[in-house]
Amino acid sequence: MKILKNLALGLLFITLTACSNDDDTPIPVNEEEVITTLIATLSPQGGGTDVTLTTRDLDGDGPDIPQITISGPLVASTTYNGTITLSNETEQPAEDITAEVSEEADEHQFFFTSSIGSIVYADTDSNGSPVGLAFTLTTNTATTGNLTITLRHEPSKSASGVSDGDITNAGGSTDIQITFSGIIVQ
Amino acid sequence: MKNCIIFLLIILSQLANSQNCNSTFLGEVKDFHDGSPLYGATVHLKELNKYVSTDINGKFKFHNLCNRTITLTVSHIGCETKEKQITINGDTFDTINLEHHSEELDEVTIKGKSVTKKTTTAQETVLKQEIIETYSGASLGDALKEVSGVSSINTGNTIVKPVINGLHSSRVVIMTNGVRLQDQEWGIEHAPNIDINSAESISVIKGSGALAYSGDAIGGVIVLNPIRAIAKDSLFGKTIMSGQTNGRGGSISTSLTKTYNKGWFVSGQGSYKQFGDFEAPEYYLTNTGLNTKAFSFQGGYKQFEKGFDVFYSYIDNTMGILSAAHIGNTEDLINAINSSTPLISEGFSYDINNPKQEVTHHLIKTKFYKRFESLGKLNLQYDYQNNQRFEFDKRVGDDRNKPAVDLTLQTHSLGADFKFDANKERIFHIGGSFRYQDNFANPETGVRRLIPDYQKFDIGAFITSEWQFNDATIIDAGIRYDFNHIDAKKFYKESRWIERNYDTDFSDIIIEDIGTQLLVNPKFNYHNISASAGIKHELNKIASLAFGYNLANRAPNPSELFSDGLHHSAARIELGDLRIKQEQSHRLSGTFTYNKNAFSAITEVYYNLINDFVYIEPSGTEQTIRGAFPVWDYKQTDARLMGLDITLNYQLHQSWSLSNRSSYIKGDDTKNDRPLIDIPAFKTLTVLAFKKAKWKNLKSSLKSEWVTRQSRYPNNNFVEFIATTNTNELVDISTSTSAYHLLHFTSSITLNLNTTKKTPIEIGFNVNNLLNTSYRDYLNRFRYFADDLGRNMMLFIKINY
Repeated sequence: MKILKNLALGLLFITLTACSNDDDTPIPVNEEEVITTLIATLSPQGGGTDVTLTTRDLDGDGPDIPQITISGPLVASTTYNGTITLSNETEQPAEDITAEVSEEADEHQFFFTSSIGSIVYADTDSNGSPVGLAFTLTTNTATTGNLTITLRHEPSKSASGVSDGDITNAGGSTDIQITFSGIIVQ
Repeated sequence: MKNCIIFLLIILSQLANSQNCNSTFLGEVKDFHDGSPLYGATVHLKELNKYVSTDINGKFKFHNLCNRTITLTVSHIGCETKEKQITINGDTFDTINLEHHSEELDEVTIKGKSVTKKTTTAQETVLKQEIIETYSGASLGDALKEVSGVSSINTGNTIVKPVINGLHSSRVVIMTNGVRLQDQEWGIEHAPNIDINSAESISVIKGSGALAYSGDAIGGVIVLNPIRAIAKDSLFGKTIMSGQTNGRGGSISTSLTKTYNKGWFVSGQGSYKQFGDFEAPEYYLTNTGLNTKAFSFQGGYKQFEKGFDVFYSYIDNTMGILSAAHIGNTEDLINAINSSTPLISEGFSYDINNPKQEVTHHLIKTKFYKRFESLGKLNLQYDYQNNQRFEFDKRVGDDRNKPAVDLTLQTHSLGADFKFDANKERIFHIGGSFRYQDNFANPETGVRRLIPDYQKFDIGAFITSEWQFNDATIIDAGIRYDFNHIDAKKFYKESRWIERNYDTDFSDIIIEDIGTQLLVNPKFNYHNISASAGIKHELNKIASLAFGYNLANRAPNPSELFSDGLHHSAARIELGDLRIKQEQSHRLSGTFTYNKNAFSAITEVYYNLINDFVYIEPSGTEQTIRGAFPVWDYKQTDARLMGLDITLNYQLHQSWSLSNRSSYIKGDDTKNDRPLIDIPAFKTLTVLAFKKAKWKNLKSSLKSEWVTRQSRYPNNNFVEFIATTNTNELVDISTSTSAYHLLHFTSSITLNLNTTKKTPIEIGFNVNNLLNTSYRDYLNRFRYFADDLGRNMMLFIKINY
C-alpha cells in the first residue's frame, strides 16, 4: 500500500499540481448552535420554594436521549413566575443561548401545553407579540401531569391563535420540543 | 511554420534543378488503419492536371517530372480525400495513407447531423442537438427523461438527478468531454454540475457495459459530447434565449467556434439562467429560485493523425430550497404531510434565501492523441476538477450567513488508452487510469461534518474487444479491474461510536480521544472486477437483436460509509456504516430493433441482480432536545430489478407522426421479500407531432405524459408520540403519490431573414402542464411538502450564425 501511495503522490507531483492539506489532522467541530440544556425555573409569587425543570442532552443530535429532571412538586392553585434559560454545555464554559433567542425574539416563540395548569405569556418582542422566555403558570388542583415546551423558529406570529399560545397555526421549524412528564401538583 | 518550410523547399528545389525533368514518381496508396493497398484510387497531379488510378497493389506512377514540389490529390470511395505535397528529387517513392473508416471520421469532423454511438451492443440512446436545445433553460436531468427508461429523482424542481432503470447517484456515471464528473454525486440532493448547453449530443448507455469509462456504473453511463471542430476555415455559433412564465425567468446561452483548415480550433460557450420562485397550480413555491452562471473554453489542434485539446469549464449554481421543506422534527414532518398546502407560501420573489445551495465546479482537461499507421490510436489525458459545495441552513445569531455544509472536493485524473483498430473486424481497446481525490470539510461551519475529510486513490485498467463475426453479427467483450483505496479522518461522537457497536469492531482505528468525540482513521481497500459481453445480430434489413451481460462491482461511496448527522432540510438523521462492502451487479439485457418504412420500434428488456445492494431507509427514531427525528440508515440487501423500455415511432402521413415511449420497472428486495424503495412508477409518453417544411419549417407537437401510482413500495411508516397534542400519530413517509396525467405542447418555426448568409432564426413556443394539473411525484423528496410545477409557458429564440 505504501508503494502505491508513494507512486500516486509521485504521479501527482509530475502533473505539477498543488493541492491540499494532506495528512493534516482535522480540527474537531464544536457545534455552536446546539442547545443542550433547557432550564425552566418556576418561582411561586409571594415566596416559596423554586421548582426547576431541566432537560439536558449533552450529545446533541447523537443517540443518547435527553436527561430530564424535576426538582420537586408544585403547590396546587398557585401562580408561579416562570423563566426559561437555554445553554450549550458542550462548550467550556457553557454558552448562553437565551440571549440569542432574546435578541431575535421576533423570530422565536415558545409554546406550552400542560395538564397541570394554565400558562400565560409574560413578555413580548419588538412587535408586541409574545415570546415565552418569561411566563406565568397557575397550577390546578392536586394532580400529576405533563408540561410540554416547544420553541419554534420563524413561526407565523400573526396567524390565528398563535399569540394566545395555540401552536396549531404557528408553522416554522422546531428548535426545542421537550415533555416533562410526571409533574406532581400537591 | 510548416508553410514556410514548404515554401523554402519549393524555392530551393527550383533553384537547384530548374531544368531536370526526367524523374519518375512512384506512389503507393494504403489504408491508414491496416496498411492494405487501395485499388482504384484516383490520383490527381495538380501542377500538370494529370489523372491516374492506382493498380491492384495500390501503386501509381507519373513520368517525366521536373525536380520540384508537386501536389497530389488522392481520392477513393469511402475515404476522405487527401492532398499531399511531395518534393521530387530524381526518381522518388512515397506512400499516401488514406482514411478508410467513415465512422472514425466522425470523431474528427462534423458529419452534418450524424450521431455516433459509443457502444456496439449495449442499450444506448443518443439525444441529438435539436432535442437538447429545447431544454436550454432546464437541467440535464429534465432532458434525459426524453430517453425511455430514464426518469429522475428530484429534490424540488431544480435539483434533478437522472435515474437509469431505477438506479441513480453513484450508480450513474456522467462523462463530460471525456472526463468522469466528480461532484459529490452520492447525495440525492446533489444535482449534476453540468450546463446542458455545453453538450452537442448526449449518449445514455444503460448498464455498466461501457468499460472504457468506468467499471462501477451499475445504472449506466451518460456521455456528454461537446461541440466538435472540423478541419476547415469557418466561424460558427449560436445563441439561444428563452423566457418562461413559471419562475418568471429565463436563460441565455451563446457559443462560438472558430476553426482553421490546418486543424486549429478555438471555441467558447457561456450560459446564464435566472429564475424566481416557481409556481404550483395553486400557490407559489417560496424560495425555489435558481441562478446559474456557466462558461467553457476549448482550444486545440485536430488532425486525423494527431491532435490535442485543452478544455476548461466553470459552473456556478445557486439554488433555493423550498422554505416549507425546512422542518424541525418529526412533529413538523407530520404537520407537513397532513397539510394539503405548504406551511410556508408567500408571494413571488426573485430572492434566494436560506436554505439554499451554492455549488461551483471547475474542470480542466487536456488531451493528446496520435494515430499510428496500421496500428491504432493513442490517447493521453489529464484532468482536474474542483467542486465546492455550500449548503446554507436557517440559522440564528452570528451563524445566520454561515454555511452549514462546506465541502471542497478536488480530483486529479490521469488516463491513457490505445485503440487497436488496424483490423476493423477485430478491434481491441486497452487503457488505464489513475485518480487521486481529496475531500476537505471545513470545520468553520460550526456544524459537525456530514462527510469527513478523506483522500481516495483509484487505479483502473481495462481491455475491450469488438469482433465483426460476419456481415450480420458483431460481438464485443471486455474486462476491467479497479482498485479503490480510501483514507478518511473522521470524528465520531462517543455515544454514536458505541451505539453503532464500532467500539468492538473498529477500536484499532481510533487515533485520538478528545473527550466527547473520537478521531478515527478508517482506511479501506476495494478490489473490483467488472466484465461485459454482448452480441448484436441483424436478422434482416429491418430487424436486429442484441443481448448483453454485464458484471459490475461498486465500492461504497463516502456517504454510504461515513454519513453521520442531522439533515435539517430533510428532518432526518442519516447514518452511514463502516461495515458496508461493495455491491455487485449481474445485468442481463436484450434489445429488439425493428425499422420498416414508416414504423420503427425499439424494445429493451433487462434483468439486474444486485448482491449487497446499498440503500437508505428509515429504521426508527431518536429523541433529541428538539424532539424526535426519524433515523435513516444505510443498509445492504440483495436486490432484483427487471423492466421493459419501449420506444415506438409511426409516420402516419407526410406531416404527421405518432410516437410513444413507455417504461415499466419492478424492483424487489429479495432478502426481505418486499419491494425496493424509490422505484419509478410505470410511465408512458405519447407524442402526436406535425411537421411541414413548406410552412416555415413548422414543427408542433402535443405530448401526453401519464404516470401511474407506484403501488409497490416498502412500508416504513411508524407511529410517534406527539407532545403538543398528547397523541400517537402515524408518520406516513412511505405511501406513494397518486397517478397523474399531464399534457404538454410544443411548436416552432424557422425564419431565414438573410437567405444569402444562412442565418436561420428558430422561434418556439412551448407550454408544459397545459391544463395546470396539480400533482406530486413519488420520486420527488419534496412530495411531502408541496405540489409539483403548474403550467409553464415558454418562448425561445435560437439564432445560428
